[in-house]
Amino acid sequence: MEPLVNAVLLTLLAVVSIAIVRQRSLFGVVVLAGIYSFLMASVLIVLDAVDVAMTEASVGAGISTVILLATLHMTKSREYPQPRNVVLPLFVAVVVGGALVWGTLNLPPIGPPDTPIHMHTAPRYLSHSVKETHAPNVVTAVLADYRGYDTLGETTVIFTAGIGVMMLLKGRRRRHNRDEAADKT
Amino acid sequence: MRHDIILRIGAKLILPFILLFALYVHFHGEYGPGGGFQAGVISASVVILYALIFGVEPTKRAVPQGLVERLIPLGVLLYASVGLPAFFHGRNFLDYGVLGRDSASGHALGILLIETGVLITVASTMVAIFYAFADRGRT
Repeated sequence: MEPLVNAVLLTLLAVVSIAIVRQRSLFGVVVLAGIYSFLMASVLIVLDAVDVAMTEASVGAGISTVILLATLHMTKSREYPQPRNVVLPLFVAVVVGGALVWGTLNLPPIGPPDTPIHMHTAPRYLSHSVKETHAPNVVTAVLADYRGYDTLGETTVIFTAGIGVMMLLKGRRRRHNRDEAADKT
Repeated sequence: MRHDIILRIGAKLILPFILLFALYVHFHGEYGPGGGFQAGVISASVVILYALIFGVEPTKRAVPQGLVERLIPLGVLLYASVGLPAFFHGRNFLDYGVLGRDSASGHALGILLIETGVLITVASTMVAIFYAFADRGRT
């Protein structure tokens, strides 16, 4: 069953990606990007990464779709067709894609417990986390407790991103108003 | 969109349940999938959905922009301050063991507190970014 689900989801992902590249209406691109995120969330559920799937569905398909639509509201919603040479981009895409696929060939298969990433700290987390933190969900125990310092950094990243966006958008408007005031005088 | 009765009634019915689900994801994060980040995004989406259906101005009356922008650093501060008591016991930063009567309950409390900090920062950042875009669109 799982290979079939994977095949369907990955085929749909490829179809949606090609559709995004070929689509000229940016509204369509935003909608397709939302669909892509939902498909990606389904893939992550198949991989048993439910936390990441939840984040992908809410951030990728929800919030960023709304913010992209808000951006479209300020700009034109059609992509300007640029005459361009496809040889170099195609070459770069094929080489990078090929290198990535080549890199995955040496990765250990998904699942077996004796692969390197499951040998070092994971067994200790699994055996001690409930006793040490009362949190049956090991993911939460690792993220919020054992790696709490990392999560503090991630929260700071979100804080910085929010402040940055606000400075960019609000600062521009204030300068714009000042220019208008200068024009009037 | 503001005049579509189906959207208005549907949103009114569904919004409390989305908010409830966000709280569930937050407080149930220790047992199931989810946590502060996901709960923050979901609760921000409640505000954004409300703004999409009923307009930005009514939303700003319910969730003021100034409050949202002050909450962004508050979450980070809450998170970082949870790590401070450990200093007074000679432990490492963010060692939650000192917060409770025994080590494990201290860790449970610490996880809940820092997840709340993450929720506050994530939710208010998302709403603040949305407000910033909405303001730009109007001028």
